[in-house]
Amino acid sequence: MIRDHFRVIRVDLHSGKGEILTIEGRDRYAGGSGLAALLFSRFGRMDKSWEEPDQPLIFAIGPLTGLFPLMSKTVCAFKSPYHDQYAESHGGGRSALALRFADLDALVITGRARALSCLCVGSRNIELKNVHFMRGLDIHATGKLFRRMFPGAGHRSILRIGPAGETLSAMAGVIVDTYRHFGRLGAGAVMGAKNLKGIAILGDGSFPLPEGKDYPTLFQDVYSLLTGTEMMHKYHNLGTAENVVVLNEIQALPFRNLQQTCDPAAPEISGEKFAEKALLRNAACAGCPVGCIHLGFVREKFMEPNQFLYRQVSYDHEPIFAAGCMLAVTDPFAALDIMEEADKVGLDIMSAGVALAWATEASEKGIVSTAETIVPLRFGDAGAYQQAMWHLARGENDFYRLLASGTLRAAERFGGKDFACVLGQEMAGYATGEVFFVSQALGLRHSHLDSGGYSFDQKHTEKDAAKAVEFLVEDERSRCGLTSMVSCLFARGVYTESRLAECLASVGYDGLAGTIGPVSERIRCERWRLRMATGFDPDRVDIPKRFSEVVTWKGPIDWNFLSEVKTEYAQRIRAVAAESARERDNQDRKKEKNTTA
Amino acid sequence: MKILTTPRMERCIGCHSCSLACARQVHKNLSWNTAGIRIASSGGLSTGFEARTCLACDPAPCAAACPTGAYSQRKGGGVVVRKKLCIRCGECARACPVDAIYLAPDGEPFVCIHCGRCVPFCPHDCLEHRETGGKAAAAGATDGGEA
Repeated sequence: MIRDHFRVIRVDLHSGKGEILTIEGRDRYAGGSGLAALLFSRFGRMDKSWEEPDQPLIFAIGPLTGLFPLMSKTVCAFKSPYHDQYAESHGGGRSALALRFADLDALVITGRARALSCLCVGSRNIELKNVHFMRGLDIHATGKLFRRMFPGAGHRSILRIGPAGETLSAMAGVIVDTYRHFGRLGAGAVMGAKNLKGIAILGDGSFPLPEGKDYPTLFQDVYSLLTGTEMMHKYHNLGTAENVVVLNEIQALPFRNLQQTCDPAAPEISGEKFAEKALLRNAACAGCPVGCIHLGFVREKFMEPNQFLYRQVSYDHEPIFAAGCMLAVTDPFAALDIMEEADKVGLDIMSAGVALAWATEASEKGIVSTAETIVPLRFGDAGAYQQAMWHLARGENDFYRLLASGTLRAAERFGGKDFACVLGQEMAGYATGEVFFVSQALGLRHSHLDSGGYSFDQKHTEKDAAKAVEFLVEDERSRCGLTSMVSCLFARGVYTESRLAECLASVGYDGLAGTIGPVSERIRCERWRLRMATGFDPDRVDIPKRFSEVVTWKGPIDWNFLSEVKTEYAQRIRAVAAESARERDNQDRKKEKNTTA
Repeated sequence: MKILTTPRMERCIGCHSCSLACARQVHKNLSWNTAGIRIASSGGLSTGFEARTCLACDPAPCAAACPTGAYSQRKGGGVVVRKKLCIRCGECARACPVDAIYLAPDGEPFVCIHCGRCVPFCPHDCLEHRETGGKAAAAGATDGGEA
């Protein structure tokens, strides 16, 4: 388990066979984001389309996975159907610990199965099963059948796609263990293109721990920090849903397709209101005692007299933003209903909610009609949005097929680019200002978690582009270190670089312990090299006009400042990618020289 | 004598901290299997979790089934295991009516020793290490607790 190389299984879906690979590079690429980039550079085809069967779908964990609390995430890497470029998406559930106990640092899936299939891997298993009968099933029905088909209740992770993945929607996510997601940038469509309905990872192995007192003592210290202090209180309490009220108060909450940044009704869908009315229970990713997963309930009267059923739906700030604020749906249960439909069909709720918000404004402006949207879309009409989720997932007509490939694509055809809330991909739930808009638009994952731009906006009033970009670059580097271990980013306050070094040293990764800074930077560079090699050009990223119309607590957006930050950040990205390409060329030359010698 | 009980499992969030703590502290392993307490969802994550752990039977069927004397009755319920005497036959696991004994792939059995070292790692206070008063307490009982 603790080794100076990576143990990777590569499964070819066409043949149904797997091979165990020993891959060098632990001290250079650590694991997680770094390992995923290393594997993509080895197996990915930069010049071929995302849906080519050869393209790899990668799931990677890190050197500390399972060994310390909150080291509980998995990095999924692939060529994205959204932009046909290198992409990462992060998810939790049991996936990380299941891979750890399957004794795998990564799972690489290539090829296309001959029939709709599911893959099962474990420490002593590789099996590909034909599941043609699951075509079109939603993620709950799929999960139930998988649970019947594979052993290991509690110690397995079940990843699956819904109809959206099967129709190759660029907004299709992979659902992990019912309540977690590799949501963004279309990992679900990559599984769909591979004819892969699901993956069961059996965490059936066990490993001896290092001897001595260092590891258990440090574990106890870290555990106490995470559970015995206020550091994780936010996540343990209301969760990220706490942000709704905070952002609304400072006029930074995207509302009604970002026509507004606050609304008097927003407190009705706050974290506090969800907790009071709809919170059923909490749950956790395996290996995380914080338990930030908030499960709300919806109940439905399906028959007279008084015949009800209920469903559980996970919520956070981002789903509330996408299914609530952006669509002006201000009842917690109605917002949960929309989230539930998106989950069922396997759509990423953030992308789908923002796309439908654009479609609603486009309807209001007469750019599209029910000839396109099938169901009339009106802000606040939750029932219509529930139906629209199915149309979007199934690609019911040309309009929905285009919208499912990205809001901007639909806007290019129908008009309405100015009010498409897209920052690289459909926006996240922050309208804090210029630095956040640039950080998501140019961020590697186009995620609010690439770097803390939203936080910088809130802490700084000065308009210093150089300082802002320096922050984005340094924060991104540090997060690359965390996502290579692979830590939950909620624990970033606990896992400082010095503490990560202690953790690595305590379990025997002495080489990595001394070089976290340079390794994080190498990983950052390599990820950008892959992104550029697959076609990314930061200068071609447009930030739609709607973002220039935003007014926050600081006043109107300063477009000149935003442009300055964007230009400077783009330049830094190009430089870092070029540096990584040079380093790679040097390595290739060295290898060639050694081979010739 | 104290025994481990699981009186508040409806609070469980499925973090597996208890299993990992047992494996780490008692058995010096990284594992959620080689532990005296194992967490499973009871029919999918939407239905909550259950703990598979020793109910501190007295008399213990696993001890009666053990052909070598590796398992013996523990005072207060449960068993004392002397692994040196174990021949990895698996009879203990087969005799346990509640699937509380995990057999590793090499046949080594893992069962709760009622030390209570997992208890502080449960963030929702699902577990309790409590006196039996000389009688075995039901591991799932919520109050009073005597079987």
